[in-house]
Amino acid sequence: MSEPDHAKDAGGLGPDGLPAGLFGAGTEWLRADGPEGDVVLSSRVRLARNLAGQRFVHKASESDLRLVLDVCRGAIERAGLGERAVWVDLHETGGMGRSLLLERHLISSHLAKGKLGPKRSSEDWPRAVAVGLPGERAGVMVNEEDHLRLQVIRSGLDLADAWRQAGEIDDLVEAEVDYAFSPRLGYLTACPTNVGTGIRFSVMLHLPALRMAGDIDKVKHAAADMSLAVRGFYGEGSEASGDFYQISNQTTLGKSEQQLLEELGERILPEVIDYERQSRRVLLEKRRWQIEDAAYRAFGVLRHARLLGTEESMKLLSVVRLGIAMGLIDQGSTGDVHALMLAVQPAHLQRAAGREMTQDERRVERARLVRTRLAGG
Amino acid sequence: MHEVVVVGGKPAERHLCESCAREIGLVAGAPAPVAEILQKIASGQAPGAGPAAPADTACPVCGTTFTEFKQSGRLGCPECYKAMESQLAPILDRAHQGAVHHIGKVPRRLMREAGEEGRSTEREVALAAAEARAEQIRRLRDDLERAIKTEAYERAAELRDRLRQLHRGAGATGGAP
Repeated sequence: MSEPDHAKDAGGLGPDGLPAGLFGAGTEWLRADGPEGDVVLSSRVRLARNLAGQRFVHKASESDLRLVLDVCRGAIERAGLGERAVWVDLHETGGMGRSLLLERHLISSHLAKGKLGPKRSSEDWPRAVAVGLPGERAGVMVNEEDHLRLQVIRSGLDLADAWRQAGEIDDLVEAEVDYAFSPRLGYLTACPTNVGTGIRFSVMLHLPALRMAGDIDKVKHAAADMSLAVRGFYGEGSEASGDFYQISNQTTLGKSEQQLLEELGERILPEVIDYERQSRRVLLEKRRWQIEDAAYRAFGVLRHARLLGTEESMKLLSVVRLGIAMGLIDQGSTGDVHALMLAVQPAHLQRAAGREMTQDERRVERARLVRTRLAGG
Repeated sequence: MHEVVVVGGKPAERHLCESCAREIGLVAGAPAPVAEILQKIASGQAPGAGPAAPADTACPVCGTTFTEFKQSGRLGCPECYKAMESQLAPILDRAHQGAVHHIGKVPRRLMREAGEEGRSTEREVALAAAEARAEQIRRLRDDLERAIKTEAYERAAELRDRLRQLHRGAGATGGAP
């Protein structure tokens, strides 16, 4: 098995049908050096946009969707997603390639599956993603629920910079294509819950201490009172996915982007972050041995297990991350933990191994990979 | 799923489409909450009056009906917002805490075409121009669909080129100082 995946990326298309070099420089949300990185993994801004005069995706014909790809591709590639942008036609990409993009949070599961509405689903649905390199800090999904879903991600808490770049990309795309816009309702979107600014600010938080202290519901209720959504980042059974929570705005009409940014980034999130830190301090004061024991047990299992599932790995990595962030574990960094959080995902695991594997084989390989990486230090 | 979506102490009826609901964890395998939610919202104003509107409005451009929207949670095209304005009003109201007007970013071209001061008359002119372009796109698009259906491929190719130009051409004219 080759360690990281860079070596294979020599040129042309990789074995997974994705442009070679796509994953060469790592991904932004894995970096662990952003502001408030002990609690905040990443900040993300998403803009929903549609083309004027065109039907929304779920009501569009195949010819409509091809036209959207055609009209937008050049504009998106010129929109400054990164030093360069790679374009991936997802309808021509195999399942493994799409899973890799999904695991890296570059596309949604709807786009990966070609599920474009409750009644429409097709692998061949013309759709694409453009990714800015290096760093995968910006991307555009084309023909998801809306024609365009622009997204920009930053390590740690940095919504302002994410919004700055998202706004610039938006301006550059809009300079070349007409958006569906109404002076009264703003940017028109397929789902009325996104109409207006079409913006969603979201932040991925690691809140293990609040969960252990039994205070996570307080955060959820407070967030709900402010009309924010709280959800787990890793889908179903997120309790088992390691105390990662995503908080985002839901209102998109009647509040400017700046207003939402200030509410979330400057008022609400600092309080949540502070609350988590306080809980960590209390844990250190009152339950130090239990926490230290839990962190080292998790580390020990990861270091020595012979079989590991994805969910179990995530849960253990979460506890180790807490141990490192609290200064209880002096080996490795939160960045190492983040890298493993991605490496243990099924498609990444198979990519690194260079072959497809059954679930049982993956459990063996996952344990082997984690063991090797942790031993390597 | 441990997602909780409560708005102002009430359950989260305001999440409309299934994807949004699922995104925030509202739908945990329940079969058809979207329709229910929409039903509740749409009929909320007049509980005794029966759930459905007397006539099911259809969008003149894409043909999407309000009933269809209630099922899918998604509108068919930008024009649906006009066609179903009155039915959507309570939904928007609930989804956006009573807000009825966009505040925030406006497409740059609109601003540019409206002039630096963005005076209301100029903005209206710019909007009318944008609307005329959209209308042209809609018409060409329907012609293209017809051409494809009747297997008139040469005509289809020609229409496709014109559509492309129209989408991009809008940008080119807007780019002029």
